[in-house]
Amino acid sequence: MQIYLPIADLPVNIFLVLGMGLAVGFISGMFGIGGGFLMTPLLIFIGISPAVAVASVASHIAASSFTGAINYWRKRAIDIALAMMLLSSGILGTATGVWLFTLLREVDQLDLVIGLSYVTLLTAVGALMINESVQAELRARKGQPATLRRPGSHNWIHGLPFKLRFKRSKIYVSAIPVWGIGFSIGFIGAILGIGGGFLLVPMLIYFLRVPTATVIGTSMVLTLVTMASATVMHAATNHLVDAVLALILIVGGVIGAQFGARTGQKMRGERLRLLLGLLVFAVGLRFAYELVVQPEELFSIRMVSTE
Amino acid sequence: MARRALMVWTLLAALAATPACAEQLVVSLSNHRVAVTSSFDGENLVLFGTVEPDRPRAALRSAYDIVVTVTGPRQTLRTRRKDRVLGIWVNVEARQFVQVPSYLAILSNRPIGDITNAETARRLQLGLNNFLLPQRIGPDTADTVRDDPFRVAFVKLETQHGLYRESPTDVTFLTPTVFRVAIPIPSNAPTGSYGIDVQLFADGAMIGRTNSALEVVKTGFEQVVAEAARDHGLLYGILASLMALVIGWFGSVVFRRD
Repeated sequence: MQIYLPIADLPVNIFLVLGMGLAVGFISGMFGIGGGFLMTPLLIFIGISPAVAVASVASHIAASSFTGAINYWRKRAIDIALAMMLLSSGILGTATGVWLFTLLREVDQLDLVIGLSYVTLLTAVGALMINESVQAELRARKGQPATLRRPGSHNWIHGLPFKLRFKRSKIYVSAIPVWGIGFSIGFIGAILGIGGGFLLVPMLIYFLRVPTATVIGTSMVLTLVTMASATVMHAATNHLVDAVLALILIVGGVIGAQFGARTGQKMRGERLRLLLGLLVFAVGLRFAYELVVQPEELFSIRMVSTE
Repeated sequence: MARRALMVWTLLAALAATPACAEQLVVSLSNHRVAVTSSFDGENLVLFGTVEPDRPRAALRSAYDIVVTVTGPRQTLRTRRKDRVLGIWVNVEARQFVQVPSYLAILSNRPIGDITNAETARRLQLGLNNFLLPQRIGPDTADTVRDDPFRVAFVKLETQHGLYRESPTDVTFLTPTVFRVAIPIPSNAPTGSYGIDVQLFADGAMIGRTNSALEVVKTGFEQVVAEAARDHGLLYGILASLMALVIGWFGSVVFRRD
């Protein structure tokens, strides 16, 4: 059944998009991630312009992180104080991201920047994940216990001023890295159409030593706020949010995530991480291919204004 | 001197030609309003026309030609060209086409080249090659040469999208003086008013002209969404994120596991 996407300005098969929402939702539920870094590329690959894909996926991630955040809230696994500090700069980062997005679009380089960023980010993160899970697998084969890497209890980040105490997470850190992390996640998310959970969680663990009990719930609150505000800002400035597309994706995503979460609980952590790493790496390679191979049509048209 | 003589001759010829054989064009469109819904996959509008003598029993000529130019609302569009930079394909150059028709159909009963000479075709903007498509080049706005790569690519892409069209078969003469024009309206036709310019030719000269208009309106849910996004961006964005939150909340309630 064909449905016309009013902003993307193209007809798509409703079941294809719903299926994509389900599949990405399944994966995101399985790995506990937002799935924006898979959804945005998939939309681009089926022919939706990168600008519309990025802007519309923001609302999809807002929905899935809201579902997640509610679940973590019930388990009291959210550090509200830390989340507030993160999102105070996260919104600023989102606004800066949307501003740069508009600017890049005007000079016809938005698609290139999105493509290049995805190649860099996804191949690097994918390679790291593959490497880490292969190492763990090898250690397990040799019969060594999985060593929990616990870096030195203090690093340079803990020497920074403006220290704050976050009770729920039981950490005492400077506000500077907290703001820095919030800003960069908001910024990257607005430009690339990703929630940034797969970057944010490691950052919170390695830089701020946020304990595993609160890290995912807290990161979901940040993702929720930055993506909801990215939706509003993209709609207000660039008019690129396709609500029909977003609605189908959200419905598929919310359902898929539930089944994914159940499957994920039955699988071993390391193997799961290897799978996710391979997936992330493959999407990165696909973007590299798009950039390197000569396009069929060198010319393209973009509307500037109507009468 | 020679030029003045030519002008005088042209004037005389025009004066002589007008009263002797002035034809009138009468046209009627099947439908002045095209409603594009979500299930719309293009439609052919039909324009009927007849060539009539402006005086009773005046003689009509044996053969006429018709060229119809349909132009949609004007838009400013940017055409970008990619090239390889450091191994990757990048938009390196762009040209802005200023206030060009969003839809352009040039329909005739036989090829423009057979109807009139190149000079007249250019002056009357007959055919995609002769239609003025002004580009902004630095501070100036002007149409380029016909084989300018940006112009060629622009016309080619718009033709592929079904928005530009030149067809020498869409006008058919039912009798020597009654004709029928099929105007194709694709599903991606922009909304707004479209001008229809009908020109009558005989022996290579334009001898009559008339105008008509049609309106393309989009109806249905998609159109409401598109208009809301364009005209009330902020409110639309707030509603879109509220929709996301409501569905997200709903998901957490429906699939609650504890």
